[in-house]
Order: sequence, then structure tokens, then C-alpha cells
Amino acid sequence: MDTLIQQIVSGLATGGIYGSVALALVMIYQATEVVNYAQGEMAMFSTYLAWTLINAGLPYWVAFFATLAIAFVGGLLLERILIRPVENAPVLTIVIVCIGLLVILNSVAGWVYSYIQKPFPSPFPSKPIQVGNIYFGAHDIGALGVTLVVLACLYVFFRFTTLGLAMRAAAQNPVSSRLCGIRVGWMLAVGWGLAALVGAVAGMMVAPIVFLDPNMMAGILIYAFASATLGGFTSPGGAVLGGLIVGVIENLVGTYVKFIGTELKLTVALALILIVLVFRPSGLFGRPVVHRV
Amino acid sequence: MPPRSWTFTVAGLGLIVALALPFTLSNFRLFQFSQVYIYAMALLGLNILTGYNGQISLGHGAFYAVGAYTTAVMMDQWNVPYGWTIPAAGLVCLVVGFLFGIPALRLEGLYLALATFALALAVPQILKYFEHWTGGSQGIVLSKPKAPWGLKLNPDQWLYFLCLGLLVLSFILASNLLRGRTGRAIVAIRDNPIAAQSMGVNTALYKSLTFGVSAAYTGVAGALSAVTVAYVAPDSFDVFRSITFLVGIVIGGLASVSGAIFGALFIQFVPNWALDISKAAPWAIYGVFLIGFMYAMPRGIAGTIRLAAVRWLRRRAEPRGSSGGSPR
Repeated sequence: MDTLIQQIVSGLATGGIYGSVALALVMIYQATEVVNYAQGEMAMFSTYLAWTLINAGLPYWVAFFATLAIAFVGGLLLERILIRPVENAPVLTIVIVCIGLLVILNSVAGWVYSYIQKPFPSPFPSKPIQVGNIYFGAHDIGALGVTLVVLACLYVFFRFTTLGLAMRAAAQNPVSSRLCGIRVGWMLAVGWGLAALVGAVAGMMVAPIVFLDPNMMAGILIYAFASATLGGFTSPGGAVLGGLIVGVIENLVGTYVKFIGTELKLTVALALILIVLVFRPSGLFGRPVVHRV
Repeated sequence: MPPRSWTFTVAGLGLIVALALPFTLSNFRLFQFSQVYIYAMALLGLNILTGYNGQISLGHGAFYAVGAYTTAVMMDQWNVPYGWTIPAAGLVCLVVGFLFGIPALRLEGLYLALATFALALAVPQILKYFEHWTGGSQGIVLSKPKAPWGLKLNPDQWLYFLCLGLLVLSFILASNLLRGRTGRAIVAIRDNPIAAQSMGVNTALYKSLTFGVSAAYTGVAGALSAVTVAYVAPDSFDVFRSITFLVGIVIGGLASVSGAIFGALFIQFVPNWALDISKAAPWAIYGVFLIGFMYAMPRGIAGTIRLAAVRWLRRRAEPRGSSGGSPR
């Protein structure tokens, strides 16, 4: 029983990270109908920047917020410079541009920082927290907390600010929004910036667990993709919940189903998601696509 | 569209050049060109599915792997001559693709992309699991076949001709398939599934059949790659291969048969050039190439050529007034 609770909590912690990357994917998807395959590498690159700042002697939280600012501006610029020229091209063309960005970021990170794994500090104490007989990793709890705070901030931003409203409007109906005086192109850019920011948080939270290296986000991106699909690509809350579900399933399957072990863990998680998709083709919380005849 | 006589002329010239290559190039270069033909076949399969039928697949690396392993296991375990294993691989992939296409019917766009992506992720792990047949992560080493019927060709030359012959055959089959009634149904499903269905197209059957046919092409390509490389291992069929295939069809040109060749040339040679330019960060150069290509030709190489041809023809026919549809 104790193991079960422990595994669920640590599943929730990794699930929160999958959920935030999934949320970043959904934010860009809702505005542009494009899945940003470079999301994971953007997060990885931001985490390297944070590592540089921390090694330059900045305190952790200063480096943390500085990285968020850099990631936001970086995401904004990437949209303006790279994506805007192909805005009206077929979707698959944009996908290929994103894949191009993915390999560039991965390769440049490997070139600048080398492919050797680096430890990344955690802002939370290393001593586990004890509740009754059960021990929880402080970083797990902390990461989950940080993720939830970021989500709450985003919710408030999209729900209660004018800019958030304008962004939602631009995603839902670009033409009418433009007629109302919303600068739709810039809203997309801000969306990319925010997605990069959320990704950077996820990167900095997962780096102490998986260690920092240029390929660290590849697996996480796959899980995030799965989470967003499970929750529904049209539902931000669903994406986060999908992440938590995937995290917990992954952990429990890895712990309790012996013949699967760590090797086939990913396959099993994906197979479960496929089964869900066969019954709910738009994900658990997604809006079904309605076709006009 | 350019008149068909033009297409035939260009294809004929290309074929003559391709037939002359084995007697001018080194064996290594020949091997690379055999790879190009193999990739072209795989891309053709993926293009039938994604370009013509509108079902995005990020998992064709899986069918490539199934084809390759069908050949390798048959040759290694049962000593079947390689010539028989290639159609067998195509048949196995046809069935696997058709079966996978049935649940995929319910999925659209991204959700389908994820389902196929999962397949691509799962296959290498599953291959490692059945160690007894597949040799686990060690893979299977095969021997390169010699030229049959006493032909005076070395193995690389023979394999080159084999790949070229099968590629030409698959091009003819694909363009016949896509030009006729079936092809119109396949494209109609992409453009408007509801209208297609109300015109009497059995969408479910056609979609899963297209999946099967597409997988069969890719499977035959995989089988050929196992024969030419003479080695299969799970790690050479990772997710990156599936993504490369998608890159290939988009760069080459969606919904175009000739695009497969251009895309195959790109995915075979550009990574090598990138490595020549920069040893330190070759993939960064590759990424720059990718993005640059997409900026310059958002509809891929074949799409750009087609557009240029349409413009040229229209300019020649200008006095008669402008007619003709969009390039797609």
C-alpha cells in the first residue's frame, strides 16, 4: 500500500511535467493547428541556458526567472522569424520546418555543451519528506507544486486578462478577431512565447531527475504527445490531466507488471492510449470534430 | 499538368542515365543509389497514403522494419532464397497495414499521427523482445546475393539493377492505380470524405486498403534494404526513420509520384553533405537545409516543377484566354 501511494505521487510528479509540455503543445495547436515538434528541444535549450546562468554564479531562483524571460522572448522570435514565412503553407510544410528546428537546436546544443550528461541542481531539499510510514521525494512534490502554480497562472492569464481574451479570440476566429482590431499574428507569437516558457519550466523541473543532455526531452516529448492526445488536443485542461494519467500509468505498469519492466513501459503506455482513442477518437476531453456537409 | 509526352521523355532520359550508372560509378556510390531507389519505393508508399489519401503516418518506419525482418528471418531461419522473400514481405506488410488501417479508420489527423507514431516506437522494442527469431539487439547478418543466370555483374551491380527494376515496376503500378477509378476514389476521400461517401465510395474499405497497399510498398522497400545492406538490427528502424520518410515526401512533393525520387535523393545525400560541411554539428546544417527548402518550395520539389510547368504552358496559351485549374 505504501509503495502504491509512493508510486502514484512520483507518477503525478513526472505526469505534471508531461502535462506541462502537453499544454505547451496544445497552446500552439489550438492557435495554428500545428503540432510543434521542436517543443521538447526548445525546453532542452532553455534548460541549458539556465545551467549556464547558474554556473555563472546566479542564485537558483534568479536564474529560473531569467530563463523564463529568455525562453519567452526566444519563443516569440522563433515564431516571428521561422514560422511566419510559412504561415500560409500546407500544414505538413510547417511540420517539416518544426522538425528542422528540432534537429538544429539538438545539434547546436550538442556542439556548444557537448553530449556528456550534466547534473542539474534542484531548488528543493534532497531529504525526503516523511508522512506516516511513507517517504516522498522533496523534488517530486516541489516539481508538482511548481507545475500546478504555472498552470494556475496560465488559467488566470487566459481567463481574466484582456491579452488572454484576445489570444483566445485569435485562436478561435482569426478573421473576426482581426476585424475587432486584434493583431492576430502577434497573438500567435505570444502563444509561442508562452509555450516556450511553459516548456522551460518543465525542462528545469525534469533535468534534476533525468540529467541534462541534448536528448533528454525526446522521451518526454513522446509522452507529452501521448498525454495531449489522450486528453484531447482541443482541451488545455484535458492535456494536463492526460499528462498526470500517463505519468501514473507509466509508473504503476513499470512497478507492478513484472514481465514488462522498464523496456516495454513506453509501448504499454502507448497501447493503452490507443485503446482509449479507439473508443473516444478525440481524446477523453476533446471536442469531437464536427464536419460541415 | 504538363502533357504526358513530356513526362515520358523525362522519365525515359532518367532511366537511360540510371542504366548507365553501374558502369561508371564505384561500388560504394552504386550502393548509395540502390539506397535511393529503396527509399523512393518507401516514399512512394507513404505518399499514396499521406499525399493522395490524406492519412498522416509517422509510422512507416515500422512497416519498413516488418518488411526487412520478414526477409531476414526467412533467409536466416528457413534458408528461403531472397527472391521469394521480397514478395512475401510485401504480402505480410499488406496484411499488417490493412489490419492496422481498420482501427485507424476512427482516427483523424493528429490522432492518427500519434497512433502510427506509437507503432513506430513499439516495433524496435518488440523486435528486441522476440530474441529467438530476430537475434535481439544484435540483429541478423545476411550474405549478399550473387548475380543469377551467369550475368557478369558484381553483387553491388546486380542489387542496383534489382532495386532499379523493382522501383520502375512499382512506379508503373502506382501511377496506374492512382490514375484510374481507384485513384480518384482515394483522392476524393482526402478532399471531402462525406461527398465521396455520398457518391458511393466505400470510404472505410478504401482507406484501410490504401493503408495496406502503402504498407506493402514500404515493406518491399524494407525487404530490399535488408538484402542490399545484408544486415538488420532493431536500432536502425527507430522513430527517426519514420520522421525521415515524412521529411522525404514533403520535400519531394506531396501527392506526386515523381516526388518520391526527389525526396529519396534528399534524404540519402543531404545528411552526407551536411557532414562534409560541418563535422561538429552536421544536423544543424541538415536542419538549415530542411527549412531553406521549405521556404523556397513550400509544395516540395515536384510541386514546384509542376507549378512552373503550368505557368509556362499557360503563358504559351495566353492568347486563348486563361483557363486551367490550380496546380493541385
